[in-house]
Amino acid sequence: MSSMVEKYRNNFLKEVEANVEEGEWVKMCMQCGVCAGSCPLGKHWDHPPQEIFMMIRAGKRDEVLTSDSMWMCTSCYNCIVRCPRELPITHIMHGLANYAKRLGLAPKAQPTAWFSQVFWDNMMKKGRVNELKLGLSLYFKDGFVSGIKESLKHQKLGMNMMKAKRMSPMELFGGHGVKNAGDLQKIIKKAQEIENARIESYGK
Amino acid sequence: MADEMKIGAYICKGCGIGDRLNADQLASTATRDGKAAICQQHDFLCNEDGVKMIQADIDNEGVNRVVIAACSRRAKTEAFAFENVTLHRANLREGVIWVRPDSDDQQETTQEMADDYIRMACAEAKYSKIPESSGQQGVNKNILIVGGGVGGMTAALEASKAGYPCSIVEKTATLGGATAQLHKVIPTKAPFADPQENPVAALVAAVEADDNITVYLNSRTTNISGAPGRFAADISTESGATQTKEFGAIVQASGFTPYDANKLPEFAYGKNKDVVTQAELEALAIAANGGAIKRPSDGKEVSSVVFVQCAGQRSKKEGHLEHCSGYCCSASIKQAMYFKDQNPDVETTIMYTDLRTPGAGGENFYRSGQKKGVIFTKSVVSEVVDGANPTVKFKDLILNEEAEVEADLVVLATGMVPNSGQPTRAELTIAENEDAASAKAGEEVEIRVDVESILNLDYRQGKDVPHMANGFADSHFICFPYETQRTGIYTAGPTRRPMDAKQAMDDAMGAAMRAIGEAENAGLGRAAHPRSGDLSFPSFRKEGCTQCKRCTVECPFGAINEDEQGYPVYNESRCRRCGTCMGACPVRVISFENYSVDTVGQQLKAVDMPDEFSEKPRILILACENDAYPALDMAAQNKLEYSAFARIIPIRCLGSISLSWITDSMNSGFDGIILMGCPSGDNYQCHFVKGSGTAQERMGKVGDTLQSLSLEQERVQTYEISITDIHKVPQIINDMATTIEQIGMSPFKF
Ligand code: SF4
Ligand code: SF4
Ligand code: SF4
Repeated sequence: MSSMVEKYRNNFLKEVEANVEEGEWVKMCMQCGVCAGSCPLGKHWDHPPQEIFMMIRAGKRDEVLTSDSMWMCTSCYNCIVRCPRELPITHIMHGLANYAKRLGLAPKAQPTAWFSQVFWDNMMKKGRVNELKLGLSLYFKDGFVSGIKESLKHQKLGMNMMKAKRMSPMELFGGHGVKNAGDLQKIIKKAQEIENARIESYGK
Repeated sequence: MADEMKIGAYICKGCGIGDRLNADQLASTATRDGKAAICQQHDFLCNEDGVKMIQADIDNEGVNRVVIAACSRRAKTEAFAFENVTLHRANLREGVIWVRPDSDDQQETTQEMADDYIRMACAEAKYSKIPESSGQQGVNKNILIVGGGVGGMTAALEASKAGYPCSIVEKTATLGGATAQLHKVIPTKAPFADPQENPVAALVAAVEADDNITVYLNSRTTNISGAPGRFAADISTESGATQTKEFGAIVQASGFTPYDANKLPEFAYGKNKDVVTQAELEALAIAANGGAIKRPSDGKEVSSVVFVQCAGQRSKKEGHLEHCSGYCCSASIKQAMYFKDQNPDVETTIMYTDLRTPGAGGENFYRSGQKKGVIFTKSVVSEVVDGANPTVKFKDLILNEEAEVEADLVVLATGMVPNSGQPTRAELTIAENEDAASAKAGEEVEIRVDVESILNLDYRQGKDVPHMANGFADSHFICFPYETQRTGIYTAGPTRRPMDAKQAMDDAMGAAMRAIGEAENAGLGRAAHPRSGDLSFPSFRKEGCTQCKRCTVECPFGAINEDEQGYPVYNESRCRRCGTCMGACPVRVISFENYSVDTVGQQLKAVDMPDEFSEKPRILILACENDAYPALDMAAQNKLEYSAFARIIPIRCLGSISLSWITDSMNSGFDGIILMGCPSGDNYQCHFVKGSGTAQERMGKVGDTLQSLSLEQERVQTYEISITDIHKVPQIINDMATTIEQIGMSPFKF
């Protein structure tokens, strides 16, 4: 598909409008830069929202979809509140991230992307988040040695949580869940179908 | 008025004046020094009873010079409007008690201030006459409208509705001007979402149906002489047939010429047929008649189009326009919609550096364009490369990188050049003298005719109205937009500043209203803006005149012609009563009945001058009545204090200052003189346009005068004051007081 995208043509803009949640708003940006100036994490982004919108219009498909920028959004909603053109910027950022992931273009080892997946998989098993496992998978993310180091760093916090019955070591073995987790998974499966159909229908 | 002069002085004790000042002493000053025949005090002079008291003296005692010692001349003007008398105001409230502290140790100097203002008002009264009509006037309700575009037609329809017969003179064979060439226009009504029907057909129909409007097509004004109320215009057709008609006032709505895109080879204009101007795209859209727009080179339906904003505009490059034409951004949005509305798949890109969509609906229209899928790219286009499809090279200003894009069609937004006629004699003089070392204002120059005149005025100052930067007819954007420097001639539309059709129509309504007003004013012998209603007018004493022509040259409004011997010939209704001619006259023979070298000169002489050892200096302030005097009043309202040694005389314009006032005041012992006028230059605020600038030039000579008197240069200072300089004016006065403390008192005291 990317070979079809000519620079400063509207192909990619149309693709975004068709596939990205709230993508039809991208053309409404007037390039004032208020979002870029409002984002508390802006300095850590390669391309602030304003620039992403211009890149979409300029047909920079690869640069946008492989970018790490929209993954940096923390959903603080500062930009949405301030955008004079009322673009749902936060949602567009998530929509773009989601679309990039669906296409397999999202940057590998992007921490936000990775953690979101772990969180989702963890929760899906039993319908509840297993905090112990979630925490450990986060600590051991970069291998065994650094995992041990990370765990030791947070040892005291862990002990306190256990004392206060906020976390149980037994969780390591199975852990608690919702009643009839199977039903939940059915619900989720159905939701996924609906969502997929919706994605299919974007822009149609 | 042959009658004996009789001064009646009326002292108000209201507003705290009676508490702060010794009214009995003021009264005795008025009778003893001011020679007032009658002097009365009142607790509340502006109320019905006080006004009645004055009126009774006018009616029964023959008082014909009324001196009101109360508030500023700018206050209570309705209450103190007496007929068949001259009116003089001693400003005891804003000029004295509000700017001085209420303390015992200041009482003496405060009272001195008030006494002086009474003496000054009486002196002015003594040397004033009641303005009489010149006999030149007569009402002529006919309005001449030059230009038959949407502006001209609107002006005609509006004036006609108000009962004023109009003549439209249009040089082409049809009405409608530039707007007639448009497929559709920028929307003027909510929701401002789509291009709107062209209004020309409806306007033409209305004009044709109006019996009060006469239309001259294929015609021009080949000569206009006279003055407001009695303009005589030669209207000549192409074939040469000429008729002369009389008019009361004129609206110039001569529009614009599109900028010549041939000056833009960098955009491949002329080389590539698919690079067109906005005007040419309108023709393509009209040809398409709602169908797909086809490009000129091969008739292919356009599937991608790039609009290049600011082509040859907002640029200091040789041959480019420095100004923003104000309508082209909205016009490009409109034109992009021509494509999008017909086929949403056409790619339309507008390359802009700053998108400017003035007018109430501008932002909505922009948004509507975006909704329709018009793409806006903030960029600078450097080049359009010729080819089967033109290629636009540009710098993306958001992504900060060079890029290029190919399109079927490129549209250049090239902007407007005003149709404002020939430069005036003064403009040419300035241009010629710019680098000549011997630059002398007012030198005679023959007018070069490389531009066709529009009005063909038979004025010695030039055939058209004066211009300002970028060739637009001069007008003050904010305060008095339609006024030109030729009274009775009002400009509307793009001839005076860049604008679109809707704005030009609104503008025309304003200009028509001003024209109607001036036709009436002229009939009554009254001044136009800013001294509207003033009945005084300048006259000169022929025996003293040396035919130096300074008055003719310096009059900002071209009001003065010359007779065969070179004597000035005043056209009363062209005159705005600024007094610049009076200030210009080296032999002081020009005066108004109620404003003359004497009315001011005698005021400054009436000031009681303490001796050199009194430690009571005197500072004379000549303050322009338009902005500086109001600023002083407002400073007083804000209770900002200034030196008790200040004596302020309002003047009509800095341009009316006679150098003799400076010499006289120095000779009579004033220690410092401050002149306050409006800002001059390109961003002038002078209500008489050139008055303050002219004065600044003249003031160069003051230095010599001071030198010949062996006085310090610091004693005379000129300031440009805006009406908002409320905090600055007291500071200026106080600084002068400090300066005098440092350099010492003037040695010229009696
Ligand atoms: S604040 Fe809104 S309009 Fe401004 S640049 Fe950001 S998205 Fe665009
Ligand atoms: S919501 Fe996202 S994009 Fe918007 S300001 Fe917050 S972090 Fe930045
Ligand atoms: S200089 Fe002023 S007062 Fe004198 S004729 Fe001209 S407009 Fe009138």
